[in-house]
Amino acid sequence: MTGTFVGMPAFPSAARKALSNETLRGNLRYATHTIRAKRAGAVSELDDWAALREAGREIKDQALRHLDRYLLQMEEAVTAAGGVVHWAADADEANRIVTGLVKATGESDVVKVKSMATQEIGLNEALEAEGIHAYETDLAELIVQLGKDRPSHILVPAIHRNRGEIRDIFTREMSEWGRPAPEGLSDTPAQLAEAARLHLREKFLRAKVGISGANFMVAETGTLVVFESEGNGRMCLTLPETLISVVGIEKLVPTWRDMEVFLQTLPRSSTAERMNPYTSMWTGTRDDDGPRTFHLVLLDNGRTDTLADRVGRQALRCIRCSACLNVCPVYERAGGHAYGSVYPGPIGAILSPQLRGTASEIDASLPYASSLCGACYEVCPVAIDIPEVLVHLRERVVEGGPVVRQGAKVTLRPARGHAAERAAMRAARWAFSHPGALRAGQRLASGARRLTPRTLPGPGRAWTATRDLPALPPEPFREWWRRTRQQEAGRPAPADRGEDQQ
Amino acid sequence: MSSRDVILGRVRRALADVPEDEAPYEAAVRRGYHRRHGRRTTAETVDLLAENLADYRALVHRTDTAGLPGLLARLLAERGSTSVLVPSGLPSGWLADQPAEQVPDAAGDTPHRLDRVDSVVTGCAVAIAETGTLVLDGAPDQGRRRITLVPDHHICVVRVPDQVVSSVPEALDRLDPSRPLTWISGPSATSDIELDRVEGVHGPRTLEVVLTREG
Ligand code: SF4
Repeated sequence: MTGTFVGMPAFPSAARKALSNETLRGNLRYATHTIRAKRAGAVSELDDWAALREAGREIKDQALRHLDRYLLQMEEAVTAAGGVVHWAADADEANRIVTGLVKATGESDVVKVKSMATQEIGLNEALEAEGIHAYETDLAELIVQLGKDRPSHILVPAIHRNRGEIRDIFTREMSEWGRPAPEGLSDTPAQLAEAARLHLREKFLRAKVGISGANFMVAETGTLVVFESEGNGRMCLTLPETLISVVGIEKLVPTWRDMEVFLQTLPRSSTAERMNPYTSMWTGTRDDDGPRTFHLVLLDNGRTDTLADRVGRQALRCIRCSACLNVCPVYERAGGHAYGSVYPGPIGAILSPQLRGTASEIDASLPYASSLCGACYEVCPVAIDIPEVLVHLRERVVEGGPVVRQGAKVTLRPARGHAAERAAMRAARWAFSHPGALRAGQRLASGARRLTPRTLPGPGRAWTATRDLPALPPEPFREWWRRTRQQEAGRPAPADRGEDQQ
Repeated sequence: MSSRDVILGRVRRALADVPEDEAPYEAAVRRGYHRRHGRRTTAETVDLLAENLADYRALVHRTDTAGLPGLLARLLAERGSTSVLVPSGLPSGWLADQPAEQVPDAAGDTPHRLDRVDSVVTGCAVAIAETGTLVLDGAPDQGRRRITLVPDHHICVVRVPDQVVSSVPEALDRLDPSRPLTWISGPSATSDIELDRVEGVHGPRTLEVVLTREG
């Protein structure tokens, strides 16, 4: 997975930096609290929410537990409907396949629907290296792309930007990419959206190649499903002559009927709407309606490794609704960039280290980017027990043990001595030294309280055996920050940690 | 070895713990959720559809078969539309009263040409009351997916009560997944800028729904 941001510091230091950015924190707090409250309302409309959640969990589990069968079924159905199926074991292979397909069309511009899978593999950069310009067409992705920035939220990638910043980005950058921003552009959302409409429409109307991901694939019928709001998705999925969809193998559901569950749970969990404005479903190609050529690239890139972990595999149920981000006290304060991957927040903390392994410092620290309050589990529409996986991954980091990397069994070395303790404690201390984070984070469900760590798992246990984890700090944050930063200034970097091939 | 074999091999090794005789899919997924939420009369279901459509900022009108051509003519005139896209199977009487130029949905039309048309009028496959959703399936009275996307004004005619269902599960029962399906709930919208909802980014900025009683 190439999604590690170059030079990205480990979570605690990235988070500390984010904490000092007042604008970022203000934007984030407003956004997460707004979505959170709306979501609760949308969910309470359905008195069978618990049953829908349970069905969603079971459907995705069944798909995962028989994934080989459903992948073959999907391949057969798509092929029968006139599509072409490709298999990509890793990011490089997926990028090679897509680049080759675009080149074969003779085009040098492509329009893109917001897709986390293509961000995960760094597709835009790979295309750019071959002289192909990829235009992001989701408004938030456009803001991120024009701002030469990184997405910070699954659903609203530009959540960290306010309207003034967006106006400045549009005014400064749009002319570099196509139609410039209108003269005297104001910072009202309506005017900003209009500027994006005009800027992108000229791209949609002449686009010959579209690239997308998918929210779901239906094995039984070979159908792909994309949820969206703006209509940019529909533009990319229906106007071009060639459509290439890059989809993680975990996006499968077995039957058409299964969509009745996710069409109810995904919109309510993500945008807090009864239904998102547009959903497109297509099966292969169709004479005279939509692209004449359709390619489906099935992406592994660490997913089969994740599947091999019996505790961790539940992360593959994720339908990317982002509800867990919006309730997470750590995400709210640290922001999406601190996670150093395209998957931020609680789901990122368990998915990224599994997809990428925990060899890097950022990935080793991600399982600690949580107060284990359990709010993420409560809202998750497919009931992923994120705290359970976090604890499991913490143990992996500090104790080592068998894992699967790129299909091969390897033994992860325990992080050595003090290095492990330091990496763990720096992260844990960060979460526990923020009274707000901790207060908001007390797990409410009594049965889950056991997950709030009184002691650290693994080697860290020795450390906590003789002392409690830091209580609410008696000193104000700013003083704490100054003090601990000074302490850390002279410290060596944590020892690297590696994997041994068996 | 092909990547297909590599991936399938990894999947099978990863799932070594899954017993061969695990309960079949049908038994493993409990569908304890409702087929629909609440009890409603047919009239109440149509009312709920109207309410939820309006809640998502679609403009809702009601008429009957006799009143439909007049209403469509009025809506197009109020909008100042000089051209209207017409799917091949739209009932011929629907647009009898309106003076705007009728542009047939043609396979050879470029997106640029579609962009110059003011409005589009279509039927629908099914409408879902609980969510305020219209589903189009490309049937002759609905046309290609792009014609309800590029023009800025979409008028969708729903025959009530025949085409109205209560819930998402009921809608899926009626739909054929081999057809291209477009689910529409209100006009195009974005909340990407400080979560302020703005209608109409790329799809039609105005969605009008005409609930037409047959007879
Ligand atoms: S983990 Fe659950 S709550 Fe979080 S994004 Fe995935 S599905 Fe949504």
